[in-house]
Amino acid sequence: MFKLSINGEQTTVDVEPDMPLLWVLRDELGLTGTKYGCGIAACGACTVQVNGVATRSCVLPVAAVDGAEIMTIEGLGKNGLHPVQQAWIEYQVPQCGYCQSGMLMSVVSLLDNNPEPGNEELNRAVSNICRCGTFQRVRAAIDSLKQV
Amino acid sequence: MGKLTRRTFLISSAVLGGGALFGFIATPNRLGIRAGATQENTWLATWVSIASDNTVTIWVPHAEMGQGIQTALPMMLAEELEADWSLVRMQQAPAEAIYAVGDVIRGFIAGGLEVPGVFRRHVDYSFYKLASMMNMQITGGSASVRFTGQNGMRRAGAAAKAMLIQAAADKWQVAIQECEAKLSHVYHYASGRSAGYGELAGEASRLRLPPHPLLKSRQDYKICGKSIPRFDTPAKVVGKQDYGIDIRLPGMKYAAIRHSPVFGGSAVSFDDTGVKGKKGFEAVILLPDSVVLIADNYWRAKTAIDELLIEFSDGEHGDFNSEKLFAELEQLLTTAEPELDFEQGEADRELALLTVDGVISADYRVPFLAHATMEPMNCTAYYHEGQLEIWTGTQDLLGARALAAEIAELDMEQVVAHPVQLGGGFGRRFPSTGNYIESAVRVAMQVPYPVQLIWSREEDIQHDYYRPAVQSRFKATLNAKGQPQVWHNIYSDIGVNDDTAAAFHPYTVPHQRIGRVKHETPVPVSYWRSVEHSFQGFFVESFIDELAYNAGIDPFLYRLGLLDQAPRFAAVLELAAKNIGWGRMLEEGRGLGIAIKESFGTIVAQAVEVSVPKQDSVKIHRVVAVVDPGEVINPEIARAQIEGGIIYGLSAALFGKITLEQGRVLQSNFPDYRMVNLAYAPQIEVTFIESGEDIGGMGEVSVPPVAPAVCNAIFAANGRRIRQLPVIDQNLTIVA
Repeated sequence: MFKLSINGEQTTVDVEPDMPLLWVLRDELGLTGTKYGCGIAACGACTVQVNGVATRSCVLPVAAVDGAEIMTIEGLGKNGLHPVQQAWIEYQVPQCGYCQSGMLMSVVSLLDNNPEPGNEELNRAVSNICRCGTFQRVRAAIDSLKQV
Repeated sequence: MGKLTRRTFLISSAVLGGGALFGFIATPNRLGIRAGATQENTWLATWVSIASDNTVTIWVPHAEMGQGIQTALPMMLAEELEADWSLVRMQQAPAEAIYAVGDVIRGFIAGGLEVPGVFRRHVDYSFYKLASMMNMQITGGSASVRFTGQNGMRRAGAAAKAMLIQAAADKWQVAIQECEAKLSHVYHYASGRSAGYGELAGEASRLRLPPHPLLKSRQDYKICGKSIPRFDTPAKVVGKQDYGIDIRLPGMKYAAIRHSPVFGGSAVSFDDTGVKGKKGFEAVILLPDSVVLIADNYWRAKTAIDELLIEFSDGEHGDFNSEKLFAELEQLLTTAEPELDFEQGEADRELALLTVDGVISADYRVPFLAHATMEPMNCTAYYHEGQLEIWTGTQDLLGARALAAEIAELDMEQVVAHPVQLGGGFGRRFPSTGNYIESAVRVAMQVPYPVQLIWSREEDIQHDYYRPAVQSRFKATLNAKGQPQVWHNIYSDIGVNDDTAAAFHPYTVPHQRIGRVKHETPVPVSYWRSVEHSFQGFFVESFIDELAYNAGIDPFLYRLGLLDQAPRFAAVLELAAKNIGWGRMLEEGRGLGIAIKESFGTIVAQAVEVSVPKQDSVKIHRVVAVVDPGEVINPEIARAQIEGGIIYGLSAALFGKITLEQGRVLQSNFPDYRMVNLAYAPQIEVTFIESGEDIGGMGEVSVPPVAPAVCNAIFAANGRRIRQLPVIDQNLTIVA
């Protein structure tokens, strides 16, 4: 049994310790906003925050987050849209949208920790893959937030 | 398809909840199809309902896979309807024959245009007849706005408006000319009367459809031409947009699949003794080409199938490899007699007059490519009480329903296909490439619960229907001014070359011979964003660049000088050159490249700026795109499509490669099937030219010029001509 704090709510799950958090969220808890893309932490579609840090949940064993504070896309904007989500709407970032939960979680973690990231830091922190190719808008939306 | 009337629709469907429903019937005559066209199948193009609270609901028969079509098409109908946009709702049409998009292909035929490959199998040209229209609801061929929009949405909106005005005029006993429709109301200014569409809809729906509804002029547009926000954005930023993979049903189990690693191979047997006792294990099912393992959670299914002992038979193609294929193509290009796409003048005779030294020749080559949609292939299926239900992302919901019925050996009426959003399509999700639907249906027919079958990324990349590998050979001669006299181009064709004009170029060349040599391979191939244009653009626009350098003429001016017969192309090319600052002094190690390609009725030029920090590295700084689609419906949605297509094409040009060895795909996941991400994404600037010509496609058209523009820029920067993709295979590193 693992105790998880997800989006501020306490829950327990009775699963194998090596089950990745992604599948606990999606298949055990029904939180499908976090997406499966590659299963090897290469694409970032599964990104969530663990204790405020963007983390790829598809290779993160549930045992490693026992007791941790986890925030998923469903928790972001639970009490009103986060400024990053507002910018995403203003700049019409998503196309198919499948990668955007992970993209948003990566960007939010970065900007929460450093509101004025340099280009290299941004590129490193937001390495998510988007096959629709929304990067021009991702960058524009982030730039608009930096100017605030 | 028999004659359908509004009445039969109302009886067979329960979508109507108050207000009125308009079903629009169009006949072939009205599109001006030439004599000999079949008259028997009248078809229904578009449905719109108006509720008593003035809410307008528009049924869109096309799938949303990121391209914004479920916003753009309602805009076209609402424009003609004079609807208040704030009261417009969108509903994806269900998989019913009445939403078949026959008007899409009729539109191509009526316009005398080449029908895109995705529709080809439904058309019998000899009689301009549509076959199996019942089972077609395709989203592809960059056709939705061009044909469903222009022929369906616009005319339906205009017809409904005319009927609403008529209803108001009848009610008020005034002339229709005295009434005006505006913001979902009809006004009679002389008497100060007005009525909402909701109030008039009931009467209006009983009127005769106007046979030739008048369409608005562009200068009167209030909705089209504006960057109206997409309907789907709010849900997509809060994780509330469900895709096929997010379907959750009571009692649903999850399944993982492992295919025979060799195409055409089969799954022979399995030994599940090692995995049977694992937590959540349900069953293993042997399918013809694969094995499926079901558990109560996807991770459990996936980890168990990784441990399952499976015996596969390679079949006949265990020795297939990419190198061997290219050797065969090389041989064919040298010896085989080509099927001609185009001939003008006497290219062969002209070539024979010259010695080898007088001929400029080059071979280009592209590899197989996977689609790699972000949402891996998946399908949820449930067979219960004699009925099969499926939930899956597909570019043809009705076709998916027909496929499921065929596999399950059921009647269409026993199958329900639920529409869901696609986490990317790019040509991967057609029923003709519906192996992910087939396997899910086969499994569902054997178990008493709903099953969600999810392909791992590895299965997704290794069992795709690929963009074909192609080799193309060019020969040309130049006159004293350096202009091409002969253009001789033969390319290999292992399938999916339906557009026989894809290798054409807009340049003036007196002697031309363009053709293909056919070959068969066991590798499944299909449509990939922009289809054959994805490689023909690279071939043609690289070779014209080589001719320019051979002639010692600036490659932009060289092209421009050959576009005297193609002013639309010339205008697009000139603006791209201007926007990138062609001709300005560049820093050492920088280079500009340019390319132009028409596809799906839209002309796109791209100019690219690169730098080569070292001899063996390249950075892509900037891509400038100029696009003439005739007309733009929603500029921001269109711009996003152009930006996205550039990234899609750039990933392929720089990194994309599927290689086969011993019949097996070597690549398996994003580390070895690399993608452009934020760090590698260049600055993109898009400009539209609205020439007012027939409206062209948007979803695919920016892919073809990327690779040649980038490679031409690399040549300008470091003198290295890239004739084989991807760029990283040419001893070049891409730097962020």
